[in-house]
This record gives sequence, C-alpha cells and structure tokens, in this order.
Amino acid sequence: MKTIKTCVTAIISALLIFSPVAYADKWSDQFPHIKATGDIPGECSYESMSKKNYKGKTLKINTHAVPVMGEPTALHAEQFAKLTGAKVDVTHTPAGDLYAKAMVPFQAGQAPYDIVFGFSNFINDWKRYLEPVPKKYVEMKQMQDVTPSHIGIASWDGVMYQFPVDGDRHYLKYRKDVIDNPKYQKKYKADTGKELRVPQTWKEYGEMAAYFNGWDWDGDGEKEYGSAEVMKKDDLMYAAFYSRSAAYSKNPKTPGGFFFDLKTMKPLINNPGFVEALTDWVAATKYVPPGGINFGLGDEIGSFGGGQTLFSFSWDDAFVAAMQPDSPINNKVGAAQLPGAMKVWNRTTNSWDEGFNQAPFFVWGWAVGVAKKSKEKEMAFDYLCFFANEANHQADIGIGRFGVNPFRNDDFKADVWTQIGWDKDIAQSYVDTLAQMEESKNRVFPLRVPGTFEFNAALATAAAKALAGQLSPQAALDEAAKQWEDILNRVGKDNVRAAYSVGVAMEDNKL
Amino acid sequence: MNFKHKYVFLFPGLFVLIGILIFPIIFTIRLSLSGWNSYTPEMNFIGITNYIRLFTDDPRFWESFFRLSFLSVTTVILQYIIGFALALIVWREIKFKRFFRVIFLIPMMTTPVIMTVIWRTFFHESLGPVNDLLGNLGVKPILWLSDPVIAKFTVIIVEVWQWTPFMFLLLLAGLLSLPKEPFLAAAIDGASPFRKFVYVTFPLMAPISIGAIIIRLIEASKIMDTVFVLTSGGPGTATETSSFYIYIKGLREFQMGYAATLSFTYLVIMIISLTIIAKVLTKLMIKE
Repeated sequence: MKTIKTCVTAIISALLIFSPVAYADKWSDQFPHIKATGDIPGECSYESMSKKNYKGKTLKINTHAVPVMGEPTALHAEQFAKLTGAKVDVTHTPAGDLYAKAMVPFQAGQAPYDIVFGFSNFINDWKRYLEPVPKKYVEMKQMQDVTPSHIGIASWDGVMYQFPVDGDRHYLKYRKDVIDNPKYQKKYKADTGKELRVPQTWKEYGEMAAYFNGWDWDGDGEKEYGSAEVMKKDDLMYAAFYSRSAAYSKNPKTPGGFFFDLKTMKPLINNPGFVEALTDWVAATKYVPPGGINFGLGDEIGSFGGGQTLFSFSWDDAFVAAMQPDSPINNKVGAAQLPGAMKVWNRTTNSWDEGFNQAPFFVWGWAVGVAKKSKEKEMAFDYLCFFANEANHQADIGIGRFGVNPFRNDDFKADVWTQIGWDKDIAQSYVDTLAQMEESKNRVFPLRVPGTFEFNAALATAAAKALAGQLSPQAALDEAAKQWEDILNRVGKDNVRAAYSVGVAMEDNKL
Repeated sequence: MNFKHKYVFLFPGLFVLIGILIFPIIFTIRLSLSGWNSYTPEMNFIGITNYIRLFTDDPRFWESFFRLSFLSVTTVILQYIIGFALALIVWREIKFKRFFRVIFLIPMMTTPVIMTVIWRTFFHESLGPVNDLLGNLGVKPILWLSDPVIAKFTVIIVEVWQWTPFMFLLLLAGLLSLPKEPFLAAAIDGASPFRKFVYVTFPLMAPISIGAIIIRLIEASKIMDTVFVLTSGGPGTATETSSFYIYIKGLREFQMGYAATLSFTYLVIMIISLTIIAKVLTKLMIKE
C-alpha cells in the first residue's frame, strides 16, 4: 500500500512539476519564437488566444517599418492569425509618417486601421480618436507588472489610451572590451594624460570617441569609429539632441520646465545649455562613421550592434542587438547612464552653475492604440494583449532589432537577461542603469503637448542645419526658438501650458 | 440639323473635369484660408493669414523653391543632352539597334523608390560599393549623402539616370518621324554630319524638344521620391525641395491649411514660370 501511495505521489508530483513544461512545449513547438520560455499562462497567452474564434474577421494594423517594432508586429500578427483564425493585414510605415498616417483618417472620421502604432508622446493629439483600454485589460495580471511610470505614460488624466508594449529611455552604451582594457587604458593615458573610463561627461565622451575614431582598435581588419548616433533629420534625431542637452540644461535648482519656462512659456531651447549641447553634437560629426550624419535609428542599431563604434546612446535596441548571440560584440558591451556635464545652465541667475550634473532622458517609447471608430475593437485589444503577453514579451526584449524594451518590473531583474546568455556583470550593469534612471530625481520627459510634432520637427530641422554646417549652433537654436514661439501662438500658449504642466510635474517629482 | 440636346453629352466629361480638376483646386484654395492642423481639425476661416506667413516669415519655402529650380533645370538639361545623344546613336543604322533601344529604356521602367533605395546603398559612405571601389583606387571616401553640396549632385545623378530614358524615348520618336527630304538635300549639298545636325536635325527637332523639355520640367519640379528616399532633404535642408517641404508641412507636421497655401502658391508659380519658359524656348529654338 505504501509503495502504491509513494508511486501515486511521485506521479502526481511529476505531473505538477512537469505539466507547465509540457504545456509550454505544446505551443513553443508551433511557435519557435517562444522556445525559451514556452507559453506562460495568462489572460492573453497562446493557450487563451487559441480559444478565441475570429474566423472571417479582418484586423488592420498600421505599424512602423521593419525591423524596429514592424517585425514583432508582423510576427505576432501571424501568430494571432494562426491561433484565432483572424485575417490580419499589417501596413508598415516609416517613423516620420506614422503620425499623419493615423491622423488623416482620424480627422476625416474614418478608420482604415483598427490599430495604430506611434510614439507615446503623440498621446495628446491622438487621445480623442483612440478607444480607452477597457477595464478588463487594465486590471489583468499582465498589466499589474507594468511599472507605474509606464502606466502613466500610456494614460492621460487617469484614462489609459495606449496599450503598453514598450518602454524606453536613452542611456549610454560602450565597448567594454576597449574601455576596460588595461592596454588601451595605458595607451590613452600616455597619449592624452587622461583616464580611459566610462565617460562621465559629454566632453569626456567626445574626447574618447575622437581618440578611437578611424582606426582598427578591435583587430578585425576594419576601421572602427567613435560614436553612432541618430543624426538624420526627421528620424527621431530630436530625441538624441534632448539627450545631449539634458545634462547642460536640466538644472535641479530651477524647476518649472526644461523645454519652456512654464510661467512665461518662453522657449528655453536656445539658452546656453542647449547651445553647448549642440556645439558638442556638431563636433561629434567628426567622430561618427562615414555617412553617420545620415544615420537613422536602424543605422545606429546596426552600427553599434555590429561593432563599428566605441559608443552609442539612444534606446535599448542597439545594446540588445550587441548582446545577441550572433553579434560580433556579444558580451563585450556595457551600459551606463547618459554622460553628465561639469556645468549646468541656471536660467534664474542667467549663468552657469559649476559642478557635476546628470539628467536621464525618458524618451518613452513605442505606443499603440485602438481607433475609436474601429469595428473590431475587441479583436484589436486581444491582439495587443497577445502581443505583450509574457512569453512574447520575454522573447521580444531579447532581440535588439525588434525595438521592444523593458517596461515591466520583472524586466529589471538580472536573471531575465542572464537566461538569454548575457554575462552576469553586464546584465547587472544593464538593470542597474535602468533602475538608477527610474530612481533619479533630475529626469527629463519629452513633450506631450498639442502640436508636439511641430515643435520637435522645428527643433530637428534647426539641429540638422547646424550638423550640416548650414548654421552655427546659436543661430540654429535661435531659429528653432523663434519657430516655437510661432507654434505657441498658433496653438495657444494656455493650451500648451496646460498639457506641459503635467510633464513638468513629473520632472519636478510632484507626480 | 437642330439637335439642342447635343450639349447633354458633354456633361459626363464636364463632371469628370470638375471632379478631378476644378473641385480639388477650389478645395485647396478654401483649405489654404483655414488653420486646419492637428489641434484644430476644422475648416475655419482665417483669411490670408497663411499667405502672409508664407510671404513674410517662411524663408525655408523659398530656399527649397530655388533649390528645386537648380535641381530641375540642371537635371533636365543633362537629360536632354544625354537623351538626344543616345537617340542619335540608335537612330542610325548600327548593330544591335533594337537591343540598345531596350537597354536605354530600362531605368525608366524600374520603380523610382526601389531604384533610389539601391542608389542609396551604392552611395552609402561607409558600407556602399562606390566608396569601396574608389578606396581600392586610392581615392578617399566621398561624402555622397553627407556633404551639403555633393548631396545635391548625388540627387542629380539619380534623377538623370532614372529619367534620361524618357527624354530619349520622346526624342527618338521625334527623329524617326522627321521627313527624309531635308536630309537628302543636305547630303546632295555635301553637308558634314555636324552641319547636318546644326542646320537640319536640330531645327526640325525643336518643336519636339520643347515639348520634351517642358514635360520633363513639369515632372522634375515635382521631385519627391528621390529626395525622400535618398537624403530625406538632408543633410540639414541641403536637398529639400518645394514638394518635399510641402509634404513635411502637410503630412508630417500636419499643418494642412498652411500646406494647402504652399501647394496653391507653388501651383501658380509653376504655371507662370513654365509658360514663360515655353515661350522663351520657342523663341530661341524655333526660327521662322
């Protein structure tokens, strides 16, 4: 009897222990994308979706071009179609056109797409055309793990309009095999008299990037360069500029606005802090790879991820791409917060405050919503929920070119990354960097005001003129500030102030 | 025959004309008098505010217009010269004439956007084959897309490559339709090939040349896809053309009212300038 009891217990235990694995294998066999984890039970898991029947229905999605966000959208669309029987049409659009591609039909009262992808800072312009995320999705377990800051990003006035699928911030990526290399540390010291270390300031960044520019420092027979950056006009370059500007212009002693003075709504983007940042950036054109002035996000990911440059700073994608097993620099990269500056502009005293200043830039990230006029809202939200389910999310964040970055509490654990082959210290430095940014009290958040696109486009055009040598940094930013004034007058200062005050409250740690 | 209802048969054509030409123009004019944008999506009436802004406070549009003029005139002149030369070559009795005629037309048959992507890859400064090839010959990498001056010429190269066949086709058709008698007379008079070209071929081809140049100028002045794919108007605004700028204002920044103002102004300028160009060309090229 005892033997039988033992056997039964053993069988039950084995079933309990191994059943999730067996269950996972069932889906990972069909969908190799999730082979690392198998299906993970949840409201929008593979198992749950397989019980839905959307046969005869069509879901239309407008997303970004392949690969960044476009590739996972298409992949999960294909999976969703297989599981539910739905037909899913995916349209790919360049980043610069995502806004208008949704806005034109929105304003015309049409819904050619059920789901529209864009940037999270579109929320102010888009929210009136988007269906709020239904309560059942907001309250589901999968959503409970999303960090409060990313819930806030996807919401306006407490209503969630964008389904969280991504979380972004800008930080520094560097070649660990160079910066931590004693041979290069010695050589750099001998040649420059300075320490080779993770750059603490943008000036150090520039010096090191210039030193390691245009020669084969990793012995692969090819020339390497200093830095890969998003410099192409209209391709998110404004975000790169804000990242470079934050340390010089976000002064914790002067709350009340980074882009505008909230009281007067005077644009601040041509103050000496921003000018200093643009001057640094113009100098950077000398240490980017040939053609680097035309690098968009995809080029930046490919360049740093492919081992072409010493530094890069932007979204997580380039770092994750570099850490993929097939990358030539797998486990040779490090992450750190954006460099700081040894002075920061004080707009109250109209002078520089000397001393180290650092300000992380929360770029936020890809955002996606369901059109209010869509006739397939339920299917659309199911698709988004499936897109971001735990199994897909864990697989997606490990593929750099996908552009899906951490936004859940679980993502900030080193184990998640060591499981996909990252060295422990690199994984730890990565999650530490992200955590430090979350904890910083001197953060910058992007504009989420009416006419965001106009403001950013004006800034990008001016910065691009400076990078191309058409205007000096001061003249370029004066031109941008003048255009910002014009936009303010058209949109209405009070409208912009009302929306901007939400972001300022976050920057001033009041929310 | 007194058939009073014959005008009824004009209505379908008239409706089509109104639908595809008159209505869009009237709508654009009305839109240009509104402040339609992303935050006020309505056809409100703001008078000539947008026009005042354009003429007093938008140097970028005028810069893009002069850049466009340079690009389109340069590309069309080059296309005309090269297209004429190629047409003269295959007009004669040469071997593989048909083969060459097809070969010369291939660029025009390809999709401009796809070809521009391929050209962009060719001209990629660190990964493209052009600089690689030049590097093997000891030439330093050329900043095909990053230098504000060179980038303009890169756009010209791509445009000339893509659209010279169109010019070639029109001019070849013109050459093939020329009467033989003037050439026979010139041959009897012992005219050299050069004199034949200057005094017979070129004058006879003038009406067709003017037509071809005007058609290509109209097309070239709408240049958009090449700039969009190749340089995005950059570096800075070095290759930004009027159409690309209007596209940015309308479909990127979503200033629909202002973009309509730019479009209508651009249309008026083009109508006037192309009419003048056609008159000047006629005067210069056609001798009574």
